[in-house]
Amino acid sequence: MIREVSTTTADSTAWVTICALDAIAPNTGVNAQVGTEQVAIFRIGQTDEVYATGNFDPFSKTFVMSRGIVGDRQGVLKVASPIYKLNFELKTGLCLDDATVTIPIYPARVVDDQVQIGASCHTRS
Amino acid sequence: MPNSKQTLVVVGNGMVGHRLLELMVAKGALDRWNLITFCEEPRVAYDRVHLSQYFVNKTAADLTLVEPGFYQDNGIQVYIGDRIVEIDRVQQRVKSANGVEITYDRLVLATGSYPFVPPIQGNDATGTFVYRTIDDLDAIKTYAEQSRVGVVVGGGLLGLECANALKSLGLETHVVEFAPRLMPVQLDEAGGEILKEKIQGLGVQVHTSKVTTDIVSENGKLASMQFADETSLQTDMIVFSAGIRPRDELARGCGLQLGERGGVVIDEACQTSDPKIYAIGECALYQQRIFGLVAPGYQMAEVASDHLLSLPTAQQFTGADMSTKLKLLGVDVASFGDNFAKTPGAKALAVTDAVAGTYKKLVVNADGSRLLGGILVGDATAYGTLLQLMQNQMALPGSPLSLLVPASSDNTAALSIDNLPDTAQICSCNNVTKGQLCEAIRDDNITDLPTLKKCTNAGTGCGGCVPLVKDVLTSELKKSGVEVNNHLCEHFPYSRQELYHLLRVGEIKSFEALLAQHGTGYGCEICKPTVGSMLASSWNEHVLNTPHVGLQDTNDAFLANIQKDGTYSVIPRIPGGEITPEKLIALGQVAQEFDLYTKITGAQRVDLLGARVEQLPLIWQRLVETGFESGHAYGKALRTVKSCVGSTWCRFGVQDSTSLAIELELRYRGLRSPHKLKSAVSGCTRECAEAQGKDFGIIATENGWNLYVCGNGGMKPQHAILLATDLDKETLIKYIDRFLVFYIRTADKLERTSTWFNKLEGGLEYLKQVIIEDALGIADELEAQMQYHVNTYQCEWKATVESAEKMQRFRHFVNTDAVDPSLAYVQERGQKRPATEAERVVLNQSKDALVTPAH
Repeated sequence: MIREVSTTTADSTAWVTICALDAIAPNTGVNAQVGTEQVAIFRIGQTDEVYATGNFDPFSKTFVMSRGIVGDRQGVLKVASPIYKLNFELKTGLCLDDATVTIPIYPARVVDDQVQIGASCHTRS
Repeated sequence: MPNSKQTLVVVGNGMVGHRLLELMVAKGALDRWNLITFCEEPRVAYDRVHLSQYFVNKTAADLTLVEPGFYQDNGIQVYIGDRIVEIDRVQQRVKSANGVEITYDRLVLATGSYPFVPPIQGNDATGTFVYRTIDDLDAIKTYAEQSRVGVVVGGGLLGLECANALKSLGLETHVVEFAPRLMPVQLDEAGGEILKEKIQGLGVQVHTSKVTTDIVSENGKLASMQFADETSLQTDMIVFSAGIRPRDELARGCGLQLGERGGVVIDEACQTSDPKIYAIGECALYQQRIFGLVAPGYQMAEVASDHLLSLPTAQQFTGADMSTKLKLLGVDVASFGDNFAKTPGAKALAVTDAVAGTYKKLVVNADGSRLLGGILVGDATAYGTLLQLMQNQMALPGSPLSLLVPASSDNTAALSIDNLPDTAQICSCNNVTKGQLCEAIRDDNITDLPTLKKCTNAGTGCGGCVPLVKDVLTSELKKSGVEVNNHLCEHFPYSRQELYHLLRVGEIKSFEALLAQHGTGYGCEICKPTVGSMLASSWNEHVLNTPHVGLQDTNDAFLANIQKDGTYSVIPRIPGGEITPEKLIALGQVAQEFDLYTKITGAQRVDLLGARVEQLPLIWQRLVETGFESGHAYGKALRTVKSCVGSTWCRFGVQDSTSLAIELELRYRGLRSPHKLKSAVSGCTRECAEAQGKDFGIIATENGWNLYVCGNGGMKPQHAILLATDLDKETLIKYIDRFLVFYIRTADKLERTSTWFNKLEGGLEYLKQVIIEDALGIADELEAQMQYHVNTYQCEWKATVESAEKMQRFRHFVNTDAVDPSLAYVQERGQKRPATEAERVVLNQSKDALVTPAH
C-alpha cells in the first residue's frame, strides 16, 4: 500500500510526495520506496531542511543508510553509515572517508508540510 | 623529447626492486629516465616480512607495498607475470619470457632469492612446499585443509615464521633443525634453549640436531620423515625453510662475476662487474656475504639510486648491520652487533631467567665501557635502547649488568631519548634518524604516532623501533608545550568527564541544550551517542523519546543489534541465566513463528537473529506478553549477571550465587554506561561463573562475598582486581553502586572498566579510597544517582510497544508496508542464515526462493 503518492509537473523535475514532514523525527532519517529504488531522507533539526540519498550502503552492501546518525564535519552536513560508520556528505553523496566512493543523491523539498523527492537520481560525477 | 631520456630496467619487483623505483621517483629521476620493471609474480611488490600475517588477518591487498596509482601516475611500465630470461650485455638488451625485448642504458638486478630445498630423497613429493610467495602460501593453505600434522624443515628465522603460519592454520606443528639449536645464526646455545622451551610451551614441537635422510610417501601421499639417528616423524605436509640462495642465473648466463657459492658480486656502488648493471637485495654478494634481510636491501636501493642519478652526495654500501628484532610465535627475539663476542678482548655477560623464560646477553669491550652487541630472548623491550647505546658508542653505566635488569632506576639516565644525538638512527629498516623525526614533528605539526609513521616511514618496516619513535614524539610534544587533546570531538571542547559534570550541574536534559550551551555545529556520530548515554545514565528518559532518538546508534535506535545484512537480533533478559521451562518454550515458539536463527550466547541468554525492522515490535509484543523484558544487549549498558547454580544445587557452593546474580541484574538492568558492562557471581572459589573476567564480579566466601572489579574478557583479557573481601550483601551493593557511578562519570567514551582502571592515577589504592573510604566525600551522591536509576527503570521495549508513536518508526519504508526486498536467506543445519554473495546470484535467478515475510 503506497500512501499519498502523487506526481506534480510544476517545474522540470517530477516530484513524488513521500510523507508528512513530522513523520521524520528531527535529526533522523527514514527510508522511502520511490519506484523500484530505496531512498533515504534526512531531516536537519526541527527545520524543513531535508536531503535524500540512496539507502544502499556500499560498504556493508545493505539498505540501511536511513538509519545512520546525522551531523556535520567542519560544517559539512553528513550521515554516518550505521554498520561501519563511514561518513557521506548529504548534499553531494561523496564519502568523506574514502574519496573513491559516492552514493546517489536525489532532489528533496518540503511543500505544505509534505516531503517530496525528485523522481530521478543524480550521481555526482 | 622521449629519445633524450635514458632507460632503466629493474629486473624483479620484490620489496627491494620496488623500493629502488620509489627512490628514483623521489629523487627526481622521471625527467631523465624511463623506468621499466619486470614482475615475475602475478602481483606487484608486497611485504614478505609479514607474510605469515596472511594466514591471520591480512589479505594480499593489505600486504601490498605499492601505493595505489604509483606506477600509472609516474609512467612506470610494469610487466606483471613476465620475467627476463636473457641479458645481452653487448647490445644492452634484455628479453622476457613473453618475448618483450628492451634496450637498456642501465640495468638493475633485484631478482632476490629462492628457498633452498635440501637434497633429501623424496623432497619433491606431493605435500612438500616452500615458503616465499603469496602463491606458496595459498598452496600451503589449501593443502593444510586436508592435513593434521605439518613439519617445517629449518629452525631459522624464516622457519619459525613459517611454523607460526602452520600453527595458525590449526596444524599440529613441528620444527626440524639440522643444527643443535634454533636460530643458529642469531642465538647462542643458552638463548636457543630458552627459545626452544618457550616455543614448545606454545605447542610447537622442536627437534634439533636432526638430519633428515628420507621423505617417505605412501599411496602417493606424504607419510613420514626418516632421520639419520633412525628415528622418524609422521607428517601430512612439509615446508622447507632451510635458508635462501641468490637468484643469479641471469647474471651467470651473461657472464657477470659471481661468488664461489653464488651471488652477483657488487662493489660499494652496488655495481656488478659490468658497470652498466647493478645488483641489489638478496641476489647481490658484497665481500662474500649475502644480506638476507630487508634493511640492507633497502640500503643498497638507496646507494644504487644515488649512483644511477650521479648525485654528488652519493652514499656507499659498506656492509650492513644485521641486527634483528622479531616476534616469533609471540616470543620476542633480538640479536644485534657482535652477538658471539668475536671482537678481540670482548667480554660477555648474560642473565638467564628460566622461570620467566628470558635470556639476555650483552657483549661489551675490554673495559666494559662500550656495548658491542647482544642477544635477547623472551623479552626484547630493551632492544631499541641497547641498539642506540651500541650504534652511538655511548658510555655505559658503571655496571653494564644494570642494563639487563628491568625497571632498575639508576640506569634510566643511560638512555633518555633526549640524550641521543640528532644523527642517531632510530628506524634502521627505513634509515630514519632522530633529527628527521623531530623535524617532521615540528614542521608538519604532527601530534600522533600513525601520522608520524606515515610521514617519515619510521616504524613501518619490522616495527621494532616503534616504542622509540613514540618516545621521540612524546618528548618533542612536551618540549613544544603541545597538550594532548582529550576533547570529545570537534563539536565539544571538553573531555567526556568534564561534559558529564556540566550536564549534571546544569541539569541539562537534551543534546540540543548541551550543544547550545557548551558546543558548536550539529554534532556527529561520536558525540551524539556519547551524550545520549550520559543523558540516559543521569536522567533515565526513554532513549526513543523525540529529543533523544536521533542521538542513538542504530542498535539503540531500534532496541536491537544490527547484523551484517541489516536485520537485527533480539536478546531478552534472562536474569542470572535462570529460566523456567515455560519461558524457554515461549522463546522457542516466537523464534519458530518469526523464523529466527537461534543461538545460545556466552552470557547465559538466547539470541534470536534475522528479525526485520518491522518485525521487532511484533516479536516484542509477544515477548512482553510472556513476561520477558529487554536484555539491553544492544546498548552500552549492563548486559548480564552470569551465575553458577551456587549452594542451592552444587555440592561445593558456599553461598546462593544465583539469587544474588538475579538481584544484581534486576538492580542494574538498563543502566547505560561508557561501554558495555558485564558481571558474574560465583558460589565458591572454583569460580565457574568466571567473575574475575568481568567489569564487576563477585565470588562467595564462607563469610560473605569478595568483590572484584575492572576485569575483562574478549579482545584484551585482563584479570579483575580484588576491591574488598567478605562483604555482607548490603555493603556489597553499596560498593557496586558507588563503583559503577564513579566509572560512568569519569571514564572516556567507549572505555571499558579495565582500560579506565589502567589509566586511573593512583590505581587500586585510589579506587579503594574513593569507593570504600569515601575520600572524595561523594559516596552519598554516587549512591543517590544509582538509586534514582533503580527507581526510574522501565522496560524500554514494554514502553515502546505501548506507544503508537514509537512503534511508527519500526518500518523499512516510510511510505509503504513492503519489506526490504534485498534480504535473502538459505538453510543451514536446519535454520536460516544470510545468503552469501554467490548464493544471492543463484537465488535472484529464481526470485520465488527469496524469503517471503511471515507478517
